[in-house]
Amino acid sequence: MTTNNDSDARKGEVLLEMRGLRIEGNSEDQWHEIVHGVDVTLRRGEVLGLIGESGAGKSTIGIASMGYAKPGLRITDGTIMFDGMDLRKASETELRALRGSRIAYVAQSAAASFNPAHKLIDQYCETPVQHGVKPRAEAEKEAVVLYGRLRLPDPENIGYRYPHQVSGGQLQRAMTAMAMACQPDLIVFDEPTTALDVTTQIEVLAAIKDIVRLYHTAAIYITHDLAVVAQMADSIMVLRFGDTIEVGTAREMIESPKEEYTRQLLAVRTFRKEEEVSNEGLDPILKVENVTASYGGNVMVLKDVSVEIHKARTVAVVGESGSGKSTLARAITGLLPPLQGQVYYHGEPLPRALKQRNRDQLRRMQMIYQMPDTALNPRQKIRDVIGRPLEFYLGYKGAKKEERTRELLSMIEMEPDQYIDRQPLELSGGQKQRICIARCLAAEPELIICDEVTSALDQLVAEEILKLLQRLQDELRVSYMFITHDLATVKAIADEIVVMLLGEIVEQGPKDKVLAPPHHDYTELLLSSVPEMDPDWLDNILEHRRELESHLVGQRPPD
Amino acid sequence: MGNFWKELKKAPISAKLGMLIIVVNAFVAIFAPIISPYGETEIVGSEFEPWSDTFLLGTDNLGRDMFTRMNYGARNTIGIAVLTTILAFLLGSLMGLLASTLGGWVDQLISRIVDILLAIPTLIFALLVLTIVGTEIPNVIACIAVIYSAPVFRLARAVSMNIVVLDFVEVARLRGEGTWWIIVKEVLPNSMPPLVAEFGLRFCFVFLVISALSFLGLGIQPPTADWGSMVRDNATLITYGDVTPLLPAAAIAVLTVGVNFVVDWFLYKTSGLRDDH
Repeated sequence: MTTNNDSDARKGEVLLEMRGLRIEGNSEDQWHEIVHGVDVTLRRGEVLGLIGESGAGKSTIGIASMGYAKPGLRITDGTIMFDGMDLRKASETELRALRGSRIAYVAQSAAASFNPAHKLIDQYCETPVQHGVKPRAEAEKEAVVLYGRLRLPDPENIGYRYPHQVSGGQLQRAMTAMAMACQPDLIVFDEPTTALDVTTQIEVLAAIKDIVRLYHTAAIYITHDLAVVAQMADSIMVLRFGDTIEVGTAREMIESPKEEYTRQLLAVRTFRKEEEVSNEGLDPILKVENVTASYGGNVMVLKDVSVEIHKARTVAVVGESGSGKSTLARAITGLLPPLQGQVYYHGEPLPRALKQRNRDQLRRMQMIYQMPDTALNPRQKIRDVIGRPLEFYLGYKGAKKEERTRELLSMIEMEPDQYIDRQPLELSGGQKQRICIARCLAAEPELIICDEVTSALDQLVAEEILKLLQRLQDELRVSYMFITHDLATVKAIADEIVVMLLGEIVEQGPKDKVLAPPHHDYTELLLSSVPEMDPDWLDNILEHRRELESHLVGQRPPD
Repeated sequence: MGNFWKELKKAPISAKLGMLIIVVNAFVAIFAPIISPYGETEIVGSEFEPWSDTFLLGTDNLGRDMFTRMNYGARNTIGIAVLTTILAFLLGSLMGLLASTLGGWVDQLISRIVDILLAIPTLIFALLVLTIVGTEIPNVIACIAVIYSAPVFRLARAVSMNIVVLDFVEVARLRGEGTWWIIVKEVLPNSMPPLVAEFGLRFCFVFLVISALSFLGLGIQPPTADWGSMVRDNATLITYGDVTPLLPAAAIAVLTVGVNFVVDWFLYKTSGLRDDH
């Protein structure tokens, strides 16, 4: 494949220019403006980061650069000029010729964007062959080159696999390769790494960054994570509620943001828990002793795991997907009775299976889930969601139940009168997660297991939730077992850290000890994968990681 | 309620027509004794009299007023069909929800029994059973309800299978809730839309089967008026080019089409709602 000398020569020329872009969305049969006159200018070979929380309109604007609006949306005003062509005036046929060949799109979930019935290479070749850019044989050859450049393992043969036969990080890279197939002038990346583990995310980021540089492709990179966009973008545009807040080069934005909102985004992850006294001499409320568990078959998902949790402390369980951290929670709650080992509660052995535990044992241990959308029954009002555990565990009825429900709502900083009769659908993601917390508190538990409770939320919202959990711990002296893959969260809220890898604990101890060197190699790999607010971070860190990974060969889940 | 009227106004013309048909049928069925000029089994004239002012739609093979019989037929046929469908739904949904919530051997056992039921052709099975146990109305209802609970079971199980794996059901399990609570409070309310749509469709099938059985002489027994047997009783008239015997058949067809119109609209509404989220 030849590098695109033509576009190289024209670098600096304006490729995409959107002026006064207005987009409306339809809800309940009414059109509401969701993007209020945004201007975007993108030059050849340049990467623009669009950043904002959900509802900021960043994806909508990104997709509009292809002259497209999703069903239920319409572009009402403004111009979209792509390489001298007005996309708002272009016909469907002209747009179709453009999409895929000159403008490509990489979606957030590669797993959902690939057709599971076709091999990767067939899907790769479809676009160039369809657009008549190159014949099948040539496209296949180039695919192998691209797969190699994106550092996919075994580039000659990986294309002959089906989407379910490769990992999430590999699929996202295969998707990027697919977008590059026609050597487009512009690629729109829509949160391509949000669904990935930190260690996988960094690989995908590095691959995308290299390939975009190599081919001088212009890109729009959409994300809610400022640290990620700082690695990728030449310039950054901060959006909020469909308005531009601030535009500037990546370095300017990180080092000297002008607007308050940008500063808030930057300040995320600075929250830290205050130091607590040590546990010496105290009995733990929960003790997991040499637990081994399996979902059937010979593969042990947990191997000889021991953890202790003390009163009013937070134990963070960290690891990548497949490390067994969620399974540990299932073994503790009895959803998955362990094969060997024992769980003790205040020194008393807990029955292995959920069904054998009595109501009081169940009450003392509650759980909060990752997805507040599915953790709340959409057909129940908030009153019933919180009222049920009050009635079930504590026998509250009538006025007493109502009063306590309102009290709990106030406790999670939600106005009782306003929210008590609402249904989950009428709440935002952060509010739903608060309701889940209130439902746990209703049982008056001693231990709350938090399974990735902030991963599905925007960063500012996630931070609010963490602060709320911390305040509740200070007031109510509850303990948390905090399962997460996000080390920033761990740094913020944990007292003790347990690092898991393939069902085993590789390191555990007080936060300061685990986070301070010397680390176990795997802990260091995890730590080094967390993007920092420094545009040079990615380039510097990759070298160091290669070394660490070579030490861990054979010990990690295959990526 | 205000919402309901707003939705109704926006309904397509076919759905409105369907609702009109259902309302007229329900009205006739409920007020049959008031709007009919004669008694249900009363012999009021000679056989096969033509349409006239005294006998609006003529008389049947025994000299009973056809118009009166049509009204009472609506009451009997629709009433029994509704009752049968409700029974089939109670049985099928309960079994389906139990199978998906409990899983394991309970699911296996019920599912295999249902497989056997589904393997036997409906009408032949009904004929066989009714010949053995007799053709009293409760037998007819029970027999058809059991047969039609099988497809309802399959739907209820499939729908609720996707719901029992959601986190809020796990939350209820972790809380220590019993199976009954989980079925009634957590799973059932979330499986309602497809079940309601299925109710409309099943009603049509049940209705047709009852009419078919009556036509074959094993359904609702004379002298009770019902649309299926009325077609058979007066079939001889067709040879004389008279359309009267086709009227009950037309009534069956019109009601079936009407119900389907409404169900289609409802299905569209519920699937449309799902796209929003």
